[in-house]
Amino acid sequence: MTGFLSIRNLSVVLAGTPHRLLRSVSLDLPAGEVHGLVGESGAGKSMIGKAILGILPRAIEIAEGEILLDGQDLLQLPPAERRRLVGKTAALIPQDPLTALNPSRRIGPQITDRLVDILGWKRAQAEARAVELLAEVHIPDAPRVMRSYPHELSGGMRQRILIASAFAAEPKLIVADEPTTALDVTVQKQILRLIAEMQSRHGTAILFVTHDLGVVSKVCRSLSVLYGGKVVEETEVRAFFRGPKHAYSAALLAATPKYTDPDTSLTPVPAEVIAAVQAEVEAADGEWRHVR
Amino acid sequence: MALFRTILLRLLTTTITLFGVAVIVFVVIRVVPGNPIAMMLPPGATDADIARLQALYGLDKSIPQQFVIWLTGVMHGDFGTSISLRQPVLDLVLGRLPATLELSIFALVIAVVIGGFMALTGTRLRGTRVEAGIDVANGMALSVPDFLWGLILILLFGVLVPIFHISGRISPSIDFPFMTNFYVFESVARGRFDIWADLLAHMFMPALALAIPLAAIIGQLLKQSLKETMHLDYVTLSRTKGYGENHVIVKEALPNAVLPTLTLIGVQFTFLIGGTVIIERLFSYEGLGNMAIDAVVNRDLPLIQGIVILFALIFTVVNLVVDMTYAALNPRLRHA
Repeated sequence: MTGFLSIRNLSVVLAGTPHRLLRSVSLDLPAGEVHGLVGESGAGKSMIGKAILGILPRAIEIAEGEILLDGQDLLQLPPAERRRLVGKTAALIPQDPLTALNPSRRIGPQITDRLVDILGWKRAQAEARAVELLAEVHIPDAPRVMRSYPHELSGGMRQRILIASAFAAEPKLIVADEPTTALDVTVQKQILRLIAEMQSRHGTAILFVTHDLGVVSKVCRSLSVLYGGKVVEETEVRAFFRGPKHAYSAALLAATPKYTDPDTSLTPVPAEVIAAVQAEVEAADGEWRHVR
Repeated sequence: MALFRTILLRLLTTTITLFGVAVIVFVVIRVVPGNPIAMMLPPGATDADIARLQALYGLDKSIPQQFVIWLTGVMHGDFGTSISLRQPVLDLVLGRLPATLELSIFALVIAVVIGGFMALTGTRLRGTRVEAGIDVANGMALSVPDFLWGLILILLFGVLVPIFHISGRISPSIDFPFMTNFYVFESVARGRFDIWADLLAHMFMPALALAIPLAAIIGQLLKQSLKETMHLDYVTLSRTKGYGENHVIVKEALPNAVLPTLTLIGVQFTFLIGGTVIIERLFSYEGLGNMAIDAVVNRDLPLIQGIVILFALIFTVVNLVVDMTYAALNPRLRHA
């Protein structure tokens, strides 16, 4: 029991079936640390964040395990209490800024609503805080932006707003679910820098879900590599880039396109490596299912 | 400036629509068999009598000539004189319009309340037996037409458990000097809630009969649209903030889900107004629809013409109101 977030043996199944989408995942996140969750599509990296925040799709159930947030097991709490605890101490930076803001609500209330309704702040106090936050994410003319509707703002602006909103309640944990994937490349860099900047200012622990090892190398201190719903390697970022221990991680790293050398062709993860990691996951806990 | 142009355009299209309706109705009711003169004269009237009456009402002229005469009158605010009731058409029609408007609006309110409640309940309890029950109820409500609901309601609340009035608009015993024909609004405005209650007890069944099919449509579409909205990212994000299901449905999903339903309500509301013709007859409710049937039975050409034009005008106004509400509720259209 070290950090703010501690996940023990978390398994998640497709409701009513034995098909496990997460296989006994354990994870400790020390306060203020940025931890990357990497893996291919379907490896279960987003699933971990969703399980913590309590937003798993209805068809997916938690089969076993513990999710300790601030020492309290979320899975033992009654739903309403769990929601409030998550709302007070954790936040989400979503993937697609174009769909994550309510089109028929103004920006201001979408930042302040949690502060007023869940944390019980006064409206004026929450609005002042929102103005501060918008300045922190480098949005000028905060009062005007707060009166705007989402469609009046660009994608980059909206992601900045969502970041501001995530930090609003000074959460101890933020789940960033591929926060730059939906943005174009030039904006990606700015947003990444902004998240890193906000993180160091607020000292928030971040669980950074991404399939991009380049992003991990820039913002994370540690990372977990997932395959088939199982953590195959958990390590420090520096150690990882010096030389991953697991063969699959090594192949994944080798498959990352090098921006410095545009002429190299893309290397896929070799089939024998995939077969090996599949066999390993399978051996660890029985039946293997193709999750992809 | 843009607003001014929009309004001007609307007025223009409305005028063209009304003119088209006028032409069609004018021709059709004169071409179909049966004529008002035959309804007025006793058996054994001479040809000379017929010709005299025809000349009196202008029916001896050609249809285009009659139309020009009628249109000239309309330009001066004269919609002609009812043949059967011998009063100006405009007075008759405007006298009955409030009754029909009140009935239709009451029906619309009932439909929105019932439909909205079913949609919200169905969304809140989605995937349960309650939702399945709502779907079944909606299906039944939709497959039975409004006049049949009228008969069912008469049987239930007029005959078996007689708690509502089955005919008329107001109890004959009530003698109240109304200044307008908007009885429901006026009785509230003048604080006579006893009269108001009597009016509602008369309106309830016809309004409910009109409302049931519309409520089912609203319930079904709104529930569908809510369920789709519930999967969107901003709803999920709101859950992570600590909000529960009820808040998420009403505050996040509903404002967006209501937009497609609104368009449909507009279209369906015009059908509902059309439905008043039969429902008013069924409940002897003294509105436009009931008058329309009398006018057709008596071949009262000017009156039919006037009523149809008024109905057409109501439809265009309803569409205009829907468009304006849609723009007001959808921020993406507000500045467009």
